[in-house]
Amino acid sequence: MLTYTFLQHYWWFLIALLGALLVFLLFVQGANSLIFSLSSDEKERELIVNSTGRKWEFTFTTLVTFGGAFFASFPLFYSTSFGGAYWVWILILLSFVLQAVAYEYQSKPGNTLGRNTFRTFLVLNGILGPLLLGMAVATFFTGSPFVVEKDALDATGISPVISRWATAWHGLDALFNPVNYLLGFAVVFLARTNGILYMLNNIDDPSLRPKLHRALRVNAPLFVLFFVAFVIVLMGLDGYAVAANGEVSLEAHKYLHNLLSMPATLNVFLTGVVLVLCGIGLALTQKNERRAIWLSGIGTTLAVLAIFLIAGYNHTCYYPSTTDMQSSLHLQNSCSSEFTLRTMSYVSLLIPFVLAYIAYAWHAIDSKKIDRNELENEEHKY
Amino acid sequence: MIEFLSVQSTALIDWSRAQFALTAGYHWLFVPLTLGLAVVMAVMETLYYVKKDEFWKRTAQFWMKLFGINFAIGVATGIILEFEFGTNWSNYSWFVGDIFGAPLAIEGILAFFMEATFIAVMFFGWNKVSRGFHLASTWLTGIGATLSAWWILVANSWMQHPVGMEFNPETVRNEMMDFFAVAFSPVAVVKFFHSVLSGWMTGAFFVIGVSCWYLLKRRETKFALESIKVGIAVAIVAVIGVMVTGDTSGIQAAKYQPMKLAAAEGLENGGPGAPFSVVPGIEVPKVLSILATHDIEGHVPGINDLLYGYTTPDGEHHPSAEEKIKRGKEALAAFKQFRATMKTDPATAAEARKKLDENVEFFGYGYLDKPEDLVPPVPIVYWAFRIMVGLGGALALLLALLIWHQWKGTLADKRWLLWLGILGIPAVYLAGQAGWVVAEVGRQPWAIQDLLPVDAAISSLSVANVVTTFFIFLVLFTILLIVEIRIMLKAIKKGPDFA
Repeated sequence: MLTYTFLQHYWWFLIALLGALLVFLLFVQGANSLIFSLSSDEKERELIVNSTGRKWEFTFTTLVTFGGAFFASFPLFYSTSFGGAYWVWILILLSFVLQAVAYEYQSKPGNTLGRNTFRTFLVLNGILGPLLLGMAVATFFTGSPFVVEKDALDATGISPVISRWATAWHGLDALFNPVNYLLGFAVVFLARTNGILYMLNNIDDPSLRPKLHRALRVNAPLFVLFFVAFVIVLMGLDGYAVAANGEVSLEAHKYLHNLLSMPATLNVFLTGVVLVLCGIGLALTQKNERRAIWLSGIGTTLAVLAIFLIAGYNHTCYYPSTTDMQSSLHLQNSCSSEFTLRTMSYVSLLIPFVLAYIAYAWHAIDSKKIDRNELENEEHKY
Repeated sequence: MIEFLSVQSTALIDWSRAQFALTAGYHWLFVPLTLGLAVVMAVMETLYYVKKDEFWKRTAQFWMKLFGINFAIGVATGIILEFEFGTNWSNYSWFVGDIFGAPLAIEGILAFFMEATFIAVMFFGWNKVSRGFHLASTWLTGIGATLSAWWILVANSWMQHPVGMEFNPETVRNEMMDFFAVAFSPVAVVKFFHSVLSGWMTGAFFVIGVSCWYLLKRRETKFALESIKVGIAVAIVAVIGVMVTGDTSGIQAAKYQPMKLAAAEGLENGGPGAPFSVVPGIEVPKVLSILATHDIEGHVPGINDLLYGYTTPDGEHHPSAEEKIKRGKEALAAFKQFRATMKTDPATAAEARKKLDENVEFFGYGYLDKPEDLVPPVPIVYWAFRIMVGLGGALALLLALLIWHQWKGTLADKRWLLWLGILGIPAVYLAGQAGWVVAEVGRQPWAIQDLLPVDAAISSLSVANVVTTFFIFLVLFTILLIVEIRIMLKAIKKGPDFA
């Protein structure tokens, strides 16, 4: 039952799930990107920062775990993409570094840089984080210029490095492909939309609520616009297919084929999209509704999960090389050994347990919504 | 052209190493305090839970506040470290990712989420969850941090002493064969206790030092004296543990990384009954043999022995560096031949495979040009070792003095001792940093001992990229450190809140 092929697919599923949860949790970034534009006074800004400030560690930890799990299960991606598309990842990390300190330091005496600087860090991360992560994931479909040559390790060439980027841009290449922007901005506005829905749920404040609704009316349509554009382009894209002998070849409309030949994934995708739209619709029409984030959050997770699955399943290269087609990464040529994948699969059985305690703790903290009164009396606040 | 390329790549290695050292060094400014304060505040909250005395709640909350200030920047530096394995050590990531990735993933799944979840309850849950749940959350925050230390130190130990894997020339990487050999390698166990308990030392001496400052200022006297008591208790466990595991580390280094030990001692020519160098010119006979082998006449090889080969008294021959490099080059040649023939000529490939297997333990030596490449920068390792051990010893003495005066009830009046208590803070940080310098500089040129030198482990980047990111990180981390210290000092000046 636990064949090597199954384990590869199981781990790609877990990576996809972590990626999907990460995109959902980017609601923290989305909400932060609105700190200044949404609020009209200090109290409102404080409410926003303290509301996302109780969740940011989950987003951050999911990003770290996404990286760690990718390393453990598909190390060739880790070495090729991180070492090659250097600048994209470094910029993403820098934005998260700024965020990690911003909460704790922004309102503390002696913080040197001043409150607004730290909040600007949050806004920067709020926009750059989702944008660059979205663009990085878009390269899973649009490809990157790299070469993988395992024989290089024999040290007879110029360099023993196996994975090499074919341009000097080292990841900034992603900025030259307009399709990458479509997904990048779709993720930015999705993060904002989810951020607004999260605040509608989490903050109890009569003056902030109408402003959130106003912002939703701008950001949700923008998300839909970019997302639909990306999906249309994606369905027209050619992809790389992998034959049984490992040979890679070009296949027209590969991602459309993947979606159609994997009905379960198609269903997950459509369910996800419908749930996100329902969440948005619910919040737009029912002014006192709080549950929209749950619909849209689950929907986001499902839709992104499906997008990752069509990138890697059905004999597809999930990290295509635009320089050398045969260097492209797919599940079989980039994964860990069968032993490691199996061992890690046993470890993954603990994931439901982890999710359970997260849910329990989250519920315990969130059972009462944040309001001005609480912030006045809270012993620990940002 | 060739010369240009080799200069270029030396610079790339140096800058890549500098960037990793910078990030790791900064990260280790914050991690030990996280590990140590976690224990201190959990003990204090337990006292609150048991005694139901509001004093202990307020005391724990003060240290938690400092914990939070420190934690944020620890997290910020940590994320860079994890991804730097990929960004700057791309070849490394593929060559041993099959083994090395697993502990990092487990760290994320099992440890980081625990830490992230319960730290939120610890900070925001005082008025929302029961006292018992809150206490559990405080402990779980510390346990999560400690578990994460376990897995990252498993990963580090594996680089120092790779076990449980086999090189597979078909996939061109090392593959894991035995998970438990990796996860519970004796080197990992010792490194875990040595590092985590040095973190406890940091936390304990931090609490003691800050409390001494209050006593010098004649304020918060009860708070300071009670905090010192908890600090002393944690420090006793930590200091004893660090000494015991430090001793075992020495034995392990002698066995698995003799060059590191020789460099740490500046021992050029070894032999039986080797002397211990206190500082240059002052030696204690036989002591190095005792420390490294627990045998007064134990054989400890020096740098020259390791370079030019030696035979131990029991007749075991240890090949010279030149022999090892020769066999490493044979391994690489066999690897090349295997790759060239594996699909077309199975008989030749099988032969090449056999030759590779015979020499694979010297695989990494094939990348070296000359024996001298095997010697780490001796003065750095030598002096870092002295700083670590010297300051560790001084801290143990300081602890003894503190215990004595605490017991006599004269602590608050001994102003010289209170000053020493404050000096304990920089001392414990310096000792911890020096320890990592010994461990990491001492194992050069190896990214993974005997398997992969740093120059074959890097990413294929141009130097300008890495220089740029190095300075970005340097400026950013330095600014954040200044901010952190200033916030910390303000919070200490303000003091605990007993209103």
